[in-house]
Amino acid sequence: MRLIVHNMLSCNIRGVANKFPLRIEPKKIIVKEVDFNPDFLKHMIAKIDWKALVDGARSMGYTELPDHAPDTTTLESDESFLRKFHHSLLELHLEEGSLVCSETGRKFPVNKGIPNMLLHEDEV
Amino acid sequence: MKLKQLEGLLGDLEQFSNPIVELEQYPTGPHIASRMLFTAENSYGDITDKIVADFGCGCGTLSVAAALLDAASVIGFDIDPQSLETATLNAEELEVEIDFVQCDITKLELKGQIVDTVVMNPPFGTRKKGADMEFLSAAMKVASHAVYSLHKTSTREHIKRAALRDFNAKSAEVLCELRYDLPKLYKFHKRKEVDIAVDLWRFEPKHN
Repeated sequence: MRLIVHNMLSCNIRGVANKFPLRIEPKKIIVKEVDFNPDFLKHMIAKIDWKALVDGARSMGYTELPDHAPDTTTLESDESFLRKFHHSLLELHLEEGSLVCSETGRKFPVNKGIPNMLLHEDEV
Repeated sequence: MKLKQLEGLLGDLEQFSNPIVELEQYPTGPHIASRMLFTAENSYGDITDKIVADFGCGCGTLSVAAALLDAASVIGFDIDPQSLETATLNAEELEVEIDFVQCDITKLELKGQIVDTVVMNPPFGTRKKGADMEFLSAAMKVASHAVYSLHKTSTREHIKRAALRDFNAKSAEVLCELRYDLPKLYKFHKRKEVDIAVDLWRFEPKHN
């Protein structure tokens, strides 16, 4: 699971108010390089929940992201920032671990890179 | 990539080893899958550099097709762990990067407007009544630009009405009618194979 996916997933247990983001408890992380696509990344800045990305990256051991994304005017010339964004969003893989709901503490396991968001009978 | 090349690559994918009839697990053949994704990209620009979600991805045929057409990111969602394992192998085999999530699509809660396009070959609702509508409803909540889906031609009017009236569709268009050839997969299948008329739909959600 990469952070681009983590940025979409929320807790789907019935009655939970504080569903997003899920906290990451990693057990195994791998890094896989993918092609750098700056146009796509610039387009993504507005769509991503920045705090969830920064916190997610930190819990996976990557601390290079700034607390706030730079504004769009400086983005054009800030390749170093885009590279960090690229790396955290698309190259860090949570292979084994859990995604934890902040409100209930429920752990959604991640095995072989796949989060299991299936609910138990009483959570639906 | 040319259509024929895409179709060829998809034809090499592993499919369901033990299909579960209750989930209506049928492989999406390379002929349909390649045409579906090729049209989505060539006629509408909905795949390349976009974030694509595949609902009920099964063994990942549509996901792999999206990745081969250079989607910026592809995420496959399915309830069955065995299929997801096969899908993972297929992605590795074709050397494409796809993220997978195990979930019940009807209970999924995705935050934000990150997903651009949803592609899917959903259950037709022959085992669990209304499954096709549940998938469509879920897809329309998630996609910010377009949903591509396959539904039986016999349900055409019903689908159009539901999409426009209940699922927030700005438009609902049948792009073409295809023949879906289903091989004899399950014990209750009497004939060796049968082909079903299906519509390839494109839905556009109203902006949420």
